[in-house]
Amino acid sequence: MRSASQILSLAFLCAAIVAMGLGGLTTSPAQAGEVPLPNIAKAYKGEQCVEPVDVMRRNHFEFLMHQRDETLREGIRGQKYSLNDCVDCHAVASPDVADGKLRTLKPFCKECHEYAAVSIDCFGCHTGAAVPGIGKQSSLPANHGDKASIAVLEAHLNAERQGGTDQ
Amino acid sequence: MNEKTMSTPETDVDTSRRNLLKGGAAAAVVTLAPGVTLRTVEAAVTGPATSAQRWGMLIDATAPEHLWDLAVEACKAEQGWGPEYNTSGKANPLTDPQWIRKVSVKDPKTGAKATLPVMCQHCAKPPCVDVCPTGASMKRADGIVLVDKHICIGCRYCMMACPYSCRSFVHEDVKNQRPHMPRGKGTVESCTLCVHRVDAGQKPACVEALNNAGSNAIIFGDLNDPNSDISRAVAKHVTQRIRADLDLEPGVHYRGI
Amino acid sequence: MAADTTVYKEIEGKGGDYYSLIGWLGVVVIAALYAVYNMEHYGHVVTGMTNAVVWGTPHVFAVFLIVAASGALNVASISSVFGKHHYKPLARLSAVTAMALLAGGLMILVLDLGRPDRLIIAMTYYNFKSIFAWNIILYNGFFVIVLAYLWMMMEKRMTPHSSKIGLFAFLWRLILTTGTGSIFGFLVARPGYDAAIMAPLFIAMSFAFGMAIFILIINVAYRGTGRPLGDVILFKMRNLLGVFIAAVLYFTVVQHLTNLYAAEHLDVQAFILMDGGIYTFLFWVVQVGIGGLFPLALLFNPATGRTCQGIAVASVLVIIGGLAQMYVIIIGGQAFPLLMFPGMEVSSSFFDGVLHPYTPSHWEVMLGLGGIAVALLIIAVGVKYLPLLPTSLSDAKIDPHHKAEEA
Repeated sequence: MRSASQILSLAFLCAAIVAMGLGGLTTSPAQAGEVPLPNIAKAYKGEQCVEPVDVMRRNHFEFLMHQRDETLREGIRGQKYSLNDCVDCHAVASPDVADGKLRTLKPFCKECHEYAAVSIDCFGCHTGAAVPGIGKQSSLPANHGDKASIAVLEAHLNAERQGGTDQ
Repeated sequence: MNEKTMSTPETDVDTSRRNLLKGGAAAAVVTLAPGVTLRTVEAAVTGPATSAQRWGMLIDATAPEHLWDLAVEACKAEQGWGPEYNTSGKANPLTDPQWIRKVSVKDPKTGAKATLPVMCQHCAKPPCVDVCPTGASMKRADGIVLVDKHICIGCRYCMMACPYSCRSFVHEDVKNQRPHMPRGKGTVESCTLCVHRVDAGQKPACVEALNNAGSNAIIFGDLNDPNSDISRAVAKHVTQRIRADLDLEPGVHYRGI
Repeated sequence: MAADTTVYKEIEGKGGDYYSLIGWLGVVVIAALYAVYNMEHYGHVVTGMTNAVVWGTPHVFAVFLIVAASGALNVASISSVFGKHHYKPLARLSAVTAMALLAGGLMILVLDLGRPDRLIIAMTYYNFKSIFAWNIILYNGFFVIVLAYLWMMMEKRMTPHSSKIGLFAFLWRLILTTGTGSIFGFLVARPGYDAAIMAPLFIAMSFAFGMAIFILIINVAYRGTGRPLGDVILFKMRNLLGVFIAAVLYFTVVQHLTNLYAAEHLDVQAFILMDGGIYTFLFWVVQVGIGGLFPLALLFNPATGRTCQGIAVASVLVIIGGLAQMYVIIIGGQAFPLLMFPGMEVSSSFFDGVLHPYTPSHWEVMLGLGGIAVALLIIAVGVKYLPLLPTSLSDAKIDPHHKAEEA
C-alpha cells in the first residue's frame, strides 16, 4: 500500500512538472507571468500635482494618511494632501462606475492598485465621486487648467489689441 | 448630489474665528482680464482645534415641537444619513442610524410633557472615548466628540457605553455619502456637531435650519468665550443636562425639560 | 512531590468515530465561516442585532468560551500552584483546553466585528484607558504564558520550573477574567451592568464553566479511547465543580440583592427577575434551576453523583445554564431601555424608553457554534499529535494509597 501511494504522489509531481514545462514552452517570455502595466488615466484637470509624479507614486498613501489624521483628529484643514483634491483632478468617468455617468476616483486608483495587488478600503466610506466645489481646482476649466486659462487670456489680449487698432 | 452647503475653501475663510497656519497662505484671486482669473491653488490652512474653544449648544425644550423635525431633516440632508441612503433602498427602523432624534418626555405623575432633540451630547468626559479599544472614538481639543472611522473596527463597545443612545452602527451598505462625511458599513457613527461647518466658521446644519425658520431654539457657540450668545444664555438661565448625575459634562445644555 | 511516573501518549485517532468527530466539527466551522461571509457581505443587518442591542448571540458564545477558557486552566493550576499532585496528570490537557477555548471565543469575537478585516488595527492602536484594549493584551498574553507553561510541563529539563510559570499563569488568568467581567462592570451608562461584582462573578463563572467542559472532555476522551478512568480523579473534579456551582449561585444572589437595594436599579432588576419574559425564564429556570440547583443535586446525591453519567449530565447542565446566564447578562442587560430621564416616560423614533426586542438570527448561532467547534477541533487534533493524555487515570495511578471506601 505504501508503494502505491508513493507512486501516486510521484506521478502527480511529474504531471505538475510537465505541465509547468509545457506552460513555459507555449507562452512567450514576454507574456509569461507578466501582468500588463497599469494604464493610468490622464488627470481630468490640473496642470501639476501637489508633488512630482514619482514622489506621489511612492508616497501618496503616507501623505494621505498623515493628513487624514491631522484633519480628523486635530482639526487642521486646507493642507496640501487632500483626498477631495485627488478626486477633483483625478476622478474620471468609467463604464464600471454608474455606467460612466459619474466621475469618480476609483478607476484612477484601481489601475495601479490592481497591478500591485494592494487593496484599499477608502471607497468603503468615501464615494470618490466628483461634485462641484469638492477641491481647490474645481472652479478652474477642465482639461489642464493653466493652458486653458492662458489660451483664454491670449485670445482676450489679442481681441483687445485688435480692438485697440480698430479704434 | 449637489452640495449647496459645501463651500470652497477659498471663498469661505473666516479668519477672525480661526488661527491661520503657514503665514496666512490664503488663496488670492487675481483678475487678469474680464472673465479671466488666476487663482492660487494653495488654500488657507486652518486649525488645529484647541482647548481655547469649547463648542456647545443650548436647546430650548419649550420651543414648538415641529422645529425638532426641521432640525432632524436638516441633519439628514447635510450629513447624508437615513433609510434613503441604504444601498438596499429599504428602511429598517431597528438598524437605520439616527444621529439626532426627537424625544418626547412625560412625567407620569403630573402629566407634564416636553419634546426635545437628542444628539451626541459631546461630553467633556465621554464614556465612548474611554472604552474604545483603538482610540477611534475620540474627542477633539475643542470638545467635539467624533468617530475616526479609519480605525474603527466596529466592536460597538462605545454604543454600550453611551448613556444617551446617540451612536448608530452602519448595519448595511450605504450610498451617496457626502464628500465631507464619509460613512461606511461596519463602523459606528454619530452627530459630529457638523465639525466640517464649524471649522469653516459656520453653525451646525440643525442650528442654521432653525435660524432660517426664524427660531433661536438651539443656540450654538463657544462656551469658553464669555461674550458668545451661548455663554450669555447659559449664564442667564439655569440649564439642565441629560443624566447630569453621571457627571460627564455634556456640551449640550437644555432648558425647560 | 513524588516523581511523576505518568506516561503520556498521543491517542490513536484512526477510528471512524474520530474521523466523523473531526468531520462534523469541520462542517460546523465551515457553516460558521459561511455565516461570517453573509454578515460581512450584507452587513449586520442580517443578524438580530440593532442599534439598541449591539452585542448579540455571538457575544454570548464568545464571552462564555473566554470565561470558560480561564477556568479550564484550573486543573493545571491546582496541581502546580496548590500542589495537589492528583491533578498533575491532567495539567497538559488542561492547558491545551484553556488555549483552545480562548481561541474559539476570540474567533467569534473577531469575526463578529463590523470590520474584522481591520484586526491589525486592534493589535496596533491601543487606547490604554479602554478595558477592551487591556483585554486584547491579556488574551494574547494568556496564549504566550500557557504555551510556555505547556512546553515546560512537556519538556523534561524544564519540568522542575513549571510550577513557577504555573503560578504566573494562575495570576494571569485571574486578571484576565477580572478584565472580561469589567467589560460589563465599567459601563456606567447601563444599570444592568455597572457593578464591581461583575469581576468576581465572572471568576466564579469561569471556574464552574471551565471545570464542566473539562470533565466532559476527559469523559469523552477516555471512553472514546478505552483508556482507564478511575473514580478518584472524577470524584475530585465532581467536588470542585459542586463548589464552583455554589460560588456562582452565591455571587448571583449578591449581585441581585445589592442591586435590589438601590432604588435606581429596581426597574431593571424587576425586569430580569420578574417580568422580563424570556430573560426571566432563562434566569430562573435555565440559569438558576437547570444550570445551578439541579446539577448541585445531581452531584451530591449519592445515586447520581457517584456515576460517571450523573457527573457528565451535571456538567452538560452547567454549560447550558452558563450560556443562559451569559444571555441574561449580555442581552437582557441591553434589552432594558437606558434611563435617560429617570422616572419619566420616554418615547422616540429611536425606541427610547421601550424594551428592545432581540431575536437571534441563524447566522449568529452558526458563528457561535463555530467557535465551540474550533475549540473542540483544536483539542481533538492536539490529543492526536501531542502526548497530552496519560495512558491511564485509574485510581491506582492517581493515588497509589487509595482505598476503595474513600470516594
